[in-house]
Amino acid sequence: MGQTITQKILAAHCGKETVTPGEIIYANVDVALGNDITAPIAIHEFKKCGCKKVFDPARIVLVPDHFTPNKDIKSAAQVKVLREFAQEHNLDKYFEVGEMGVEHALLPEKGIVLPGDLVIGADSHTCTYGALGAFATGVGSTDLAAAYVTGKAWFKVPETIKFVYKGKLNKWVSGKDLILFAIGDIGVDGALYRSMEITGDAIDALPISGRLSMCNMAIEAGGKNGIIAPDKTTEEYVKARAKRPYKFYASDPDAQYCQVIEYDVAKIEPQVAFPHLPENTRGISEVGDVKIDQVVVGSCTNGQLDDLRVAAQVVKGKKVAKYVRMIVIPATQKIWMEAMKEGLFEIFVNAGAVVSTPTCGPCLGGHMGILAKGERAIATTNRNFVGRMGDPQSEVYLSNPAVAAASAITGKITGPEEVMK
Amino acid sequence: MKGTAWKFGNDINTDEIIPARYLNTIDPKELARHCMEDADKDFMKKVKPGDIIVAGKNFGCGSSREHAPIAIKAADISCVIAESYARIFYRNAFNMGLYIFESKDASEKIRQGDSIEVDVNKGIIRNITRKEEYKILPIPQFMQDLINAGGLMEYVRKQGVK
Repeated sequence: MGQTITQKILAAHCGKETVTPGEIIYANVDVALGNDITAPIAIHEFKKCGCKKVFDPARIVLVPDHFTPNKDIKSAAQVKVLREFAQEHNLDKYFEVGEMGVEHALLPEKGIVLPGDLVIGADSHTCTYGALGAFATGVGSTDLAAAYVTGKAWFKVPETIKFVYKGKLNKWVSGKDLILFAIGDIGVDGALYRSMEITGDAIDALPISGRLSMCNMAIEAGGKNGIIAPDKTTEEYVKARAKRPYKFYASDPDAQYCQVIEYDVAKIEPQVAFPHLPENTRGISEVGDVKIDQVVVGSCTNGQLDDLRVAAQVVKGKKVAKYVRMIVIPATQKIWMEAMKEGLFEIFVNAGAVVSTPTCGPCLGGHMGILAKGERAIATTNRNFVGRMGDPQSEVYLSNPAVAAASAITGKITGPEEVMK
Repeated sequence: MKGTAWKFGNDINTDEIIPARYLNTIDPKELARHCMEDADKDFMKKVKPGDIIVAGKNFGCGSSREHAPIAIKAADISCVIAESYARIFYRNAFNMGLYIFESKDASEKIRQGDSIEVDVNKGIIRNITRKEEYKILPIPQFMQDLINAGGLMEYVRKQGVK
């Protein structure tokens, strides 16, 4: 019986020919990621267990990105735990503020995660790396601590839902809209415990940035991982970055799926997820009159150079509406530098937006743009739960960068067509 | 395990269980102070040691933060009963030793304030208030091994630590 790409990668990492959905395996981990929120617990557990040496210093990645640059004394103390652990165990993949980025943009960019890898991260959006054809999934801090000791993690082999996106994308529609549309369709637990295999000619034509956005949000449908079979676009992206061998896997033609869902992308317009769940999606034409106070362009979902370019294209030569704040956060230092060189910052600042250093910041209500009671934001981030960006009585709407940028200009949720007339 | 039921709905996410604004610490007692705050801001004022959280489907969705089960455990909640769990929360609970049970029946029939008793050995939840019994979905063998070992780190330690 055929195997899916997810089954093949899992099998290869536990020394088996094949694995079956439902089977519990104990698999080798290529990369174990932690951040300033989750790694302190992992490090605490690691020390408590009496272990002296990590399994492999080259495979442990620490990215302080959530509350950095340190937002308060407690956050500074958390980051210090990571820094000292990195020094003690000679971890070269610890990224200080001047070389960092939002973890899920940074790891692909630096070639730390590669096709065919098995990656765990104590961050739910670790599933992002499926965009490169890796099996990547979010775990907890104790899982991470156990991996520090053993280099392994336990998994229940998931069933797979196959998504087939057919056709040509409409203007202003991106990977973000394709995944929001799917989450709106199947719900926030529609892929619970399952793998989401993302395929189709629309995906073949999608740049890496769009693929990263899609796999990033697999978790918002409850998915264990999102994955796109690597192709020429992937090869192009990873070949200059990889410092070790990698492997392309693909699903067998007779692989077993628990469900196959097809979408005609010609019918998909830019999507907006209403509070307080990512499944509350509507097409931009059905949004109605929603006034906003803040716009955030950035995060592990949409902080890539492509995303900033689209936002800049929309706001160029225009002004952010009075009493609206627009905050742009390039996801990594490299993206920041490229955006600056391209003149995007000048466009943003002239329009009345601000540009921040890379951070997760406002996405999880950390810092750099927190909402007051009753305020409303449209953000290119991935979650719009109650209190996600600040006060429990504030609201977050999710969209792609073009819609977010257009909304900054009008002060209400707006499609880019309307401001680009 | 015996306590009063505190009912919550579907898709209770980890931002509601422990809002990100409190994640600049890993101290369980401090996290517990804000347990369930964005789902019910007075929860910690009302709840008593040993009480039980009863929720619908997809409990613990969203972020991977282990602070969520840590906050619940440190709030002296004896266990969580739900129709289903988000997968990272599910594995976190077993890894760090918070008792969680799956029961669609219990999730639907238990009402706010019911007196609940869980008999782990028999796999049964008793609703003392309503004189009803609900079956717990059996726990997979591997998860049972984790519980028996005392959590994932103990399981790892038993396999030998360098």
